[in-house]
Amino acid sequence: MALSKAEWIELEHKASELRQLTLDTCNWAGSAHMGGSLSSADFLTLLYHKYLNFDPKNYTDPKRDRCIVSKGHIGVILAALFAQLGLVDKEDLKTFNLTGSKLGMHLDSNKVKGLEASTGSLGHGSSLALGDALAARVLNNPHKTWVLLGDGECDEGSVWEAAMATAHYKATDLITVVDRNRAMIDGPTEDVLALEPFADKWRAFGFEVIEVDGHHMQKLSDAMEKAMAAKEKPVCIILDTIKGEGISFMAGDYKWHYGAMDSEKYAKATQDLKDYEAKRIARAEQEG
Amino acid sequence: MGGMNYTAVESTKMATAEIFGKTLVELGEKDPRVVALTADLAKSTKIGDFMKRFPERFFNVGIAEQNLFGVAAGMAKAGLIPFASTFSVFASMRATDQLHTDICYQNVNVKIIGTHGGTSFGQAGSTHHAIEDIAMVRSLVNLKVIVPADGYETANAIRAAYETDGPVYIRINRGFDQTVYTGEDYGFQLGKGVLMTEGDDVTIIANGSCVFQAIQAARALEHDYGVHARVINLHTIKPIDRDIILQAVEETRRIITVEDHTVLGGLGTAVGEVILDSGHACAFKKLGLNDHFSAIGFHEDLMSINGIDTEHIIEASLDMIKRAHVVEIDADGRATRALKFDDRNFEAEIDWTDEV
Repeated sequence: MALSKAEWIELEHKASELRQLTLDTCNWAGSAHMGGSLSSADFLTLLYHKYLNFDPKNYTDPKRDRCIVSKGHIGVILAALFAQLGLVDKEDLKTFNLTGSKLGMHLDSNKVKGLEASTGSLGHGSSLALGDALAARVLNNPHKTWVLLGDGECDEGSVWEAAMATAHYKATDLITVVDRNRAMIDGPTEDVLALEPFADKWRAFGFEVIEVDGHHMQKLSDAMEKAMAAKEKPVCIILDTIKGEGISFMAGDYKWHYGAMDSEKYAKATQDLKDYEAKRIARAEQEG
Repeated sequence: MGGMNYTAVESTKMATAEIFGKTLVELGEKDPRVVALTADLAKSTKIGDFMKRFPERFFNVGIAEQNLFGVAAGMAKAGLIPFASTFSVFASMRATDQLHTDICYQNVNVKIIGTHGGTSFGQAGSTHHAIEDIAMVRSLVNLKVIVPADGYETANAIRAAYETDGPVYIRINRGFDQTVYTGEDYGFQLGKGVLMTEGDDVTIIANGSCVFQAIQAARALEHDYGVHARVINLHTIKPIDRDIILQAVEETRRIITVEDHTVLGGLGTAVGEVILDSGHACAFKKLGLNDHFSAIGFHEDLMSINGIDTEHIIEASLDMIKRAHVVEIDADGRATRALKFDDRNFEAEIDWTDEV
């Protein structure tokens, strides 16, 4: 169902707020995984602010939908997101990465309420999510389970072990999402270890693949609704994204997988995010 | 210990893994949260018994150990009690990162059954011997580690793992083990060693298949040499039973550990750590594989080759109390066994009370 213009604009504001809070946290910490955080920002916004059946006030509800963020290095945006949801105190964001903080570079479910898993060692999330999806059958507790992977993460063989099993067990309530921002620490994915033909790989493993612009709220919303309705095959949504999207000097630069912030960069990035929001709102106004 | 679904007579004919399979079925009957997983080793690890009884609660993930542990962790987070089974050599090393991060760090209720432990899968070749698994898993935070001595103890260990919240690693053998117990009711407690024979000359601490060898050695030491050996079955390596070890140090002053495992990081190391931490002194010897891979062969042959069988335990015990077993030929050409005492009397010369 198409987003109403008002809802679209509201989601754009949420996403903008999330990007800014992520940048602020990076600034307080002095450095963070900004690139992969910003490429996932729109998906995380739509998931947590619209589709995920998840009440932050009742985050242990057994009936809740689950989201496992397998690309656990984007702890900075997850911390900001959970602050937005009221699960992390916004003041605590100022302690990100500092000694004794609850909030480390890779967010930790032992320390952050509502977070489903401690991830960051890559290639683990799909198996955890499949375990949850299969448990839902045994316990007769139907719900959706989402897993967000990085594209570089798909170098890990365990991702494909889980993919085979997900298809084998026809786990259609498990929705796999890959943030295809085409970059990893050491460079573009196709230079480090080529992933293409990436979508075909997922198809060959038994998935229905939906490729979508990961920075277009309406198209992304359509893709997620289509994935949630799938009954025949498990779905893999491949988000076509840009690493560092929204900040001019980060966008598309793999070196911003992880980077250091200073006051000059912070001021420039803050202005960039304001401009980016204006552009996004204008698109929502025009297309919504 | 109710619900035993095999007889004492059958137990000697059943592989340890089979008893694991049957005990798991028993737990499955009792608790719908119990699920079983394997990585294409349903038949070999006997977890297939559970599959036949509860097909909807059984998951074979194929030859994919990382996924095996990740899925088990995900299930445990959702409230199930997964028992994940594969060979010990794979359970300890093929997916250690998942074991560390998904299971131990997040302290989830996954029970890992490593079968074909030690050199019990001897003929499969040295690559399939699990001689480092205990060293690998013993260092993982939150993980409890059990090495049962026989089928009865395996049944007890499985039940104890079920009743204990959090991750547990149980290492069992390929099977056809000698039984050391006559039934399950001997007071098994997770984390508590079992006194198998009384004695105050030397203590032999063993686990797994080495317990039977240690008991045999103690009998021979008593009968042939008048040496009173205490045997402790230290089935739980973590958490370790400090009290039973330190009592043995105080009362026997000589400790020998025996394990079907490398001497680096396993039972012997764990016992040694307890003694070292206590500040008490004793004579100490670790029997196990001395930093080498094992030859290929039958398990009982490998135990002899690797120095962890009855004869080697006897030899180590006699050596430790400074007595040597010699064969003398009498005037009629008959061989007789005799004890030759060391030049100095170990116990008379040293005031142990001061040291212990």
